[in-house]
Amino acid sequence: MKQYDVIIIGGGVTGSAIARELSRYRLKVALLEKEIELAFGVSKSNSGIIHPGTQNPPGSLKAKLCVEGNKLIRQVAKELGVDFKEVGELVVVFSEEDIPKLHELKKEAELIGVEGVEVVDRDWLKKNEPNLSDEVVAALYAPTAGIISPYRLVYDLSENAARNGVRIHTDTKVLGITAEKGKNFIIKTTRGEFFAKFVINAAGLYADEVSSMVGISDFKIKPRKGEEFLLDKKRQYITNHLIFPLPTKVSKGVLIIKTSDGNPMIGPTAEDVDDKEDRSTTEDGFKKVVTFVKRMVGAIDENDVIAYFAGLRPVAGDDFIIRHEDKVPGFVNVAGIQSPGLTAAPAIALMVVDILGKNGLALRKKWFFRRHRKKTEHLFALPFSETLKLIKKDPSYGDIVCRCEMVSAKEVREAIKRGARTMDGVKFRTRAQAGRCHGSFCTTRIMRILSEETGVPLTEITKRGKCSCIVKKDRRDG
Amino acid sequence: MTKQTMICIECPRGCVLKVDAENGRVVKVEGNGCPKGSKYAVSEVEAPARVLTSAVIAEGLSLRMLPVRTDKPVPKTRIMEAMEEVKKIIISEPIRCGDIVKKNILGLGVNLIATRDFDRE
Amino acid sequence: MVERELVIVGGGPAGMAAAVSAYERGVKDILLLERDQYLGGILNQCIHTGFGLGYFKEVLTGPEYAERFIEKVKSIPAIEVSLKSFAVAMTSEKVVTYLHPGKLDTVKGKAVIMATGCREKTREMIHVPGTRPAGIFSAGLAQKLINIEGLLPGNEVVVVGSGDIGLIMARRFVLEGASVKAVVEIQKTSKGLVRNIVQCIEDFGIPMYYNHKISRIYGVDRVEKVSVVRVDDNYNELPGTGFEIKCDTILISAGLIPENELVEMAGVRMDKKTNSPVSDKLNETSIPGIFVCGNSCKVYDIVDSVTRDSVIAGKMAAEYIGSL
Repeated sequence: MKQYDVIIIGGGVTGSAIARELSRYRLKVALLEKEIELAFGVSKSNSGIIHPGTQNPPGSLKAKLCVEGNKLIRQVAKELGVDFKEVGELVVVFSEEDIPKLHELKKEAELIGVEGVEVVDRDWLKKNEPNLSDEVVAALYAPTAGIISPYRLVYDLSENAARNGVRIHTDTKVLGITAEKGKNFIIKTTRGEFFAKFVINAAGLYADEVSSMVGISDFKIKPRKGEEFLLDKKRQYITNHLIFPLPTKVSKGVLIIKTSDGNPMIGPTAEDVDDKEDRSTTEDGFKKVVTFVKRMVGAIDENDVIAYFAGLRPVAGDDFIIRHEDKVPGFVNVAGIQSPGLTAAPAIALMVVDILGKNGLALRKKWFFRRHRKKTEHLFALPFSETLKLIKKDPSYGDIVCRCEMVSAKEVREAIKRGARTMDGVKFRTRAQAGRCHGSFCTTRIMRILSEETGVPLTEITKRGKCSCIVKKDRRDG
Repeated sequence: MTKQTMICIECPRGCVLKVDAENGRVVKVEGNGCPKGSKYAVSEVEAPARVLTSAVIAEGLSLRMLPVRTDKPVPKTRIMEAMEEVKKIIISEPIRCGDIVKKNILGLGVNLIATRDFDRE
Repeated sequence: MVERELVIVGGGPAGMAAAVSAYERGVKDILLLERDQYLGGILNQCIHTGFGLGYFKEVLTGPEYAERFIEKVKSIPAIEVSLKSFAVAMTSEKVVTYLHPGKLDTVKGKAVIMATGCREKTREMIHVPGTRPAGIFSAGLAQKLINIEGLLPGNEVVVVGSGDIGLIMARRFVLEGASVKAVVEIQKTSKGLVRNIVQCIEDFGIPMYYNHKISRIYGVDRVEKVSVVRVDDNYNELPGTGFEIKCDTILISAGLIPENELVEMAGVRMDKKTNSPVSDKLNETSIPGIFVCGNSCKVYDIVDSVTRDSVIAGKMAAEYIGSL
């Protein structure tokens, strides 16, 4: 019988952070994810920004957990070997009239405990962010903003959680939950039944549906689509900081984002949609974003855009919903985790553990918790002297598979050993296929490596699971 | 007499040919930039044919698919049939560019030849 | 650091022709770097005929055309071929860094010829809106899957753009048993050679839509359909002309871009629009001694012209080395 103390539903950054936090304790924990790999839902299209905490209303969960998360993530990143870079952010304004708004933002930020924020003038900007357009008159500088790879954070959190005993079940969709009074939850899934004393709902876009399964239907998740556009790695240093406009009511606006992979990104748009699977991009979104960011940094050229995608923010009102449902003892909702959810994730995890403790879960620390994880190497992030050392250790680091993003066969095999099962899984972990040629040159090689390592025939290799196979027929099958 | 225009495919130039034919036989070709053009017009009207290029399964050799072509054009109407034959072929011995992979495809007097050297893995 | 007379990056038709030509003009120490495990470059997957009429005066397939140069290169001991060697950096001092299994090397050339070919425009570059399911391929990737791997990407195909590779792949798909539903070209005429329109499209009765574009891609896991709409001469959609085509595969064949990231890294002046070096003279760059030839210099229609101009690049490099 699949009996657990805690079952987490949803394998995005929230679920994975909670899983790792719980793996410190003497508990049987499982994480259920409906997709074939983790981070294939909301987390895959995250911007990768570790926010300082500015632009969240004081008193909100978002503000509190964002500021805490910003502090916690540094330790988490260090322990897991995920690259975190504190690059700082600038909230820019185009007219003198808006400068008081920057001071307001500063005051709010200080109120919630964001450190080091200051309003900077043109001279400062000229020196520190020379590509900013002359239209920008001042900015709010928040030095504690940073960048991280959202997928790698999810994969490394969950890998570490698994190493500390958490069972991870992918391709396992929850179909129904029955609460046996005072005893146990029975979770019916596409892969049989699971039993748990506590259930954490971190189901992202589907958190409202999962919550309804136990009769709690007082919130709805409304998807808010964001289209993002990735620039060529050649433009890595087009800005030194994350660049934000003044925030609006619905979003933080269209940004110029530095990413931990090196490629700058522009976006996102913010559009409320009905369909929870609508990740389509539009010509309109592209034009809007390019026009907008050009006003901030004129040097951005639409010819440098190599990829685009859309993600869906799981919006449930203005704030996060993180609470124990007293009507259904043992059931914890962690819903509406949109921006700044990535930053807040480690703080959310602590909060959820605290909620579980207060509601009867016995929290006894393990005598030994493996907090560290060996860093995954990426050639694109290394100087040649380091690359040479790696190649001496393992020759296949010198066998380049993806030429646009410089990814070796070793990195691809390593990604598969660590759980990649699909072409997207390899892409998110290594960046192979994510460059300017979009996999035209490396797709066949990656398919073959995937097939060799997993024993899956070439015709069954998929882009992202289900019916997303890459090819339909092998001549060899007749 | 029938008159038709066609585009010569013998080279990348793509000459526009004016072709007169009587009872299915070509009597006059105009517009061709070289002798290949008139030859093409005749075959296109009297017995249209194409060189078939494809690849066959290779086992235990350098790569998975050996590129091949026919050494002479195959009648257009028999191309798909010829393809079915090609798909059945498996080669497992090293081969040189120009070697015959299969003789006399569909009894047409046309051979399938390798267009690349393939060695053992 | 090893010093060589001439370093050539790329062992396709351009790099091989340049190597042979430089050797014939007196350069006796040439290093030819090729990232694949074979010489020949993209010709190896172009298994159709139509090559060589200009240069060899006979009709050859891509691999046959390549084979002739491979034989030639192999017969010249002064040309050292380094396979599975992937150039990752170049400086204005003509120092090339390259990786291969087990090694990271740097080499300095008196002259360098970059013969790195080109890449295909992607769906993103031509701005096709919609979802991003599996089943969207560049024509060249589909060509590699079918001709090199023996894998059929899909059964019902729509080709976007009418570049030569797209036309040739339309025929290839039909021969493999798939159905090609349409070729959709936004321009009034095809960018491809007329002979390819005749023998790849008309021969097989494939519908060709000029002045049309794909306005949206549908499908969550795999491509399910596309919507197509007629456009005016300024590429604006004409209302009321839209229709849908059911398909599981989309091939993008909308043009090629020279692959010049290494010369750009070396500081060569680039034309942002064409992604090729700014220069008054064929094959030259703004840095003396760094030459670019073949499709990385400009996109050619046929390989015979690549050979012709790459021979000139070899000669230019030989003269440059001689003048030092």
